[in-house]
Amino acid sequence: MLEFRKDIFADERDDNLHEIGQPTQRQDMLGHVTGTSPYYDDHRFGNLLHLKILRSPHAHARIRSIDDSAAARAPGVKRIIRAADVPVNLNTLLSLIQFGKDDEPSLAADVVRYKGEPILGIVATSERAALEAMALVRISYDQLPAVFDVEEALKPGAPSVNATYPKNTFEYYNKYDHQKLRYGDVEAGFAQADVVFEDRYQMSPIEHAPTETNGSIAVPDTNGRFIVYTSTQALFFSLDTSAKINAVPSNQLHFIGGTVGGGFGGKVDTLTEPLSILAARLVGAPVRYRFSRHEEMQFGSPRGGERIYVKDGIMRDGRIIARSVRAYFDSGAYTRLSSYAVVKCAAHIPGPYTIPNVSGDVYCVFTNRTPATAMRGFGVTALDFALECQMDKGATAIGMDPLEYRILNAYRDGDMKAHRREAKNTALIECAQVAAEKANWPLREEFRRMSSRKGEGTARPGIAPDRSRAPAVPAPARAPAAAPQRISYERPTPAALPPRPAPPAPPPRSAPLPPATAPAGSTHGAPRFSSVFGTRRR
Amino acid sequence: MKTPIQFLLNGEEVATFVESGANLLDTLREAVGDLSVKGGCWQGTCGTCTVLVDGSPRLSCLTLAESCAGRAIETTAGLRRGPDLHPLQSAFMERFAAQCGYCTPGMLMAAKALLDKNPNPTRENVVDAISGNVCRCTGYEPIINAVLDAAGGNSRRA
Repeated sequence: MLEFRKDIFADERDDNLHEIGQPTQRQDMLGHVTGTSPYYDDHRFGNLLHLKILRSPHAHARIRSIDDSAAARAPGVKRIIRAADVPVNLNTLLSLIQFGKDDEPSLAADVVRYKGEPILGIVATSERAALEAMALVRISYDQLPAVFDVEEALKPGAPSVNATYPKNTFEYYNKYDHQKLRYGDVEAGFAQADVVFEDRYQMSPIEHAPTETNGSIAVPDTNGRFIVYTSTQALFFSLDTSAKINAVPSNQLHFIGGTVGGGFGGKVDTLTEPLSILAARLVGAPVRYRFSRHEEMQFGSPRGGERIYVKDGIMRDGRIIARSVRAYFDSGAYTRLSSYAVVKCAAHIPGPYTIPNVSGDVYCVFTNRTPATAMRGFGVTALDFALECQMDKGATAIGMDPLEYRILNAYRDGDMKAHRREAKNTALIECAQVAAEKANWPLREEFRRMSSRKGEGTARPGIAPDRSRAPAVPAPARAPAAAPQRISYERPTPAALPPRPAPPAPPPRSAPLPPATAPAGSTHGAPRFSSVFGTRRR
Repeated sequence: MKTPIQFLLNGEEVATFVESGANLLDTLREAVGDLSVKGGCWQGTCGTCTVLVDGSPRLSCLTLAESCAGRAIETTAGLRRGPDLHPLQSAFMERFAAQCGYCTPGMLMAAKALLDKNPNPTRENVVDAISGNVCRCTGYEPIINAVLDAAGGNSRRA
């Protein structure tokens, strides 16, 4: 059951709310439960043709020759679409906002750079006829060395994947091979720290696997324009991308979408519309280009794999005084949106903590894998996983409660972040306090009284670690800076720990124990904070 | 060469011609025009295309159309009686048991097959009944609750 804390922002809120706090029926729900919601493939055209794409069986190969003559004569085939038929056969999605260079063909002309890359389109009267014709196409390849690992791809002599970015890294501002963050002196921080430890974190690519696969139907309109029914998550993005690739003004395309059978980021890449439109233009009839499940898995872009190294230098009193992060994003063979994910990652370093010495190096790396794309917080998700694992390890290393360790290092209003922006409207401490309260997780009094507001609550410095929580094994000795000691992370077994003090009884709702600094009426110490109502608390 | 077949679709007689090897999914959507049936994988793994054949849940993408001659087929399009929603449909609405909505028709039919045979299922029965249906918005809990709600209505009516 949802609980609404009306004590929060009590003096700021207008409780005359009509929507928030009560269930509201979705406008599309009736369509969903009656099977009448109009997904792109629920539009019917009498003379619909079908586009199927012949894809590369190799991760990296030069195309020596293509013989599609038998396929062109096969029953039901209306048209073969080759790379030369694509008006603008090189694009990058974010070129619409002038970010990055065109690097990806709609149909590969000379080299294929990942398994599943489109080479040839066959338009036929049925999917089956198109697939049967596809079996008649003869392509000969010269296989090229491929690279599948982000760090291998950056080594000298690694196979060059992407012709636009021969060094296998995306170029920022036409100049930099990665996103770089420097704040303070991270090496000096490590030299000063009582404990220094580094670890490696990794996330595999993840396929969105929407139950409705990517697809679109392009239909010649009566006025020379094309109506495009599509599964896209990004209607205008797809419209402009399709207009660019087809070299037509965007007002020649009328996109109809909005009913998407699951996207999760996997339907922003405009994977089908440019070619279904091109096919409809070439044959003058409605054309559907629908991914099979296999195509969705092999060719539909996944969340990219990431490898992240995090090194922390911490003091025995719990302060993190240095953190360096090195991250490699596997963009696959082309850029799509990974360049942007890298920017997000760099902007997220070092997490929501105030650390005086920070360095970050984040690379968008090209490999011969399926190009990656957006998925639910991409750029930040895996980094947060790495950083929060690292926080637990740090707390364990010095024998501190992991929540108190986070509260101690959490950024406060007015703190300078590693990006030289002042932290504003921070609330991590209050979140942690409320979470601890809900979970009956004992926090020491000074941590319960800490506040995100500058000059309120218990100040950050001078917090002694709670020795009663120290692991039975002594924390590792301070390592010399030149050879930072690498400690392995082992969660202390409950038996190895001295018994926890009994958690304090949760404060009764009716008679809350207000922290010294909390605004009157607050049970949790959260300061007033509202940007929704336009009242900044600073 | 096309073959004529007849079957009952949601209680109505339907006749059409199918290519040999045509599956029930394509036949319902393309030949008969029942677009409430959705295709998700076309290889029998996701449950999205579930319909009832003589009361049993079937993956229409793997069911030969010709094998359905003379049988009674039920789809989501036939759940509603005029303006009145089927109790499962109402419960799905009230319980917020659909997000993108694409797995919903298959879920509804899998649930209907269960409730038709077992009007008072346990939670475990419901989980088992929809275990072949993938919801990638991962809204399984609301779906299970909706089916149990609909079944609760059954017992109240009984």
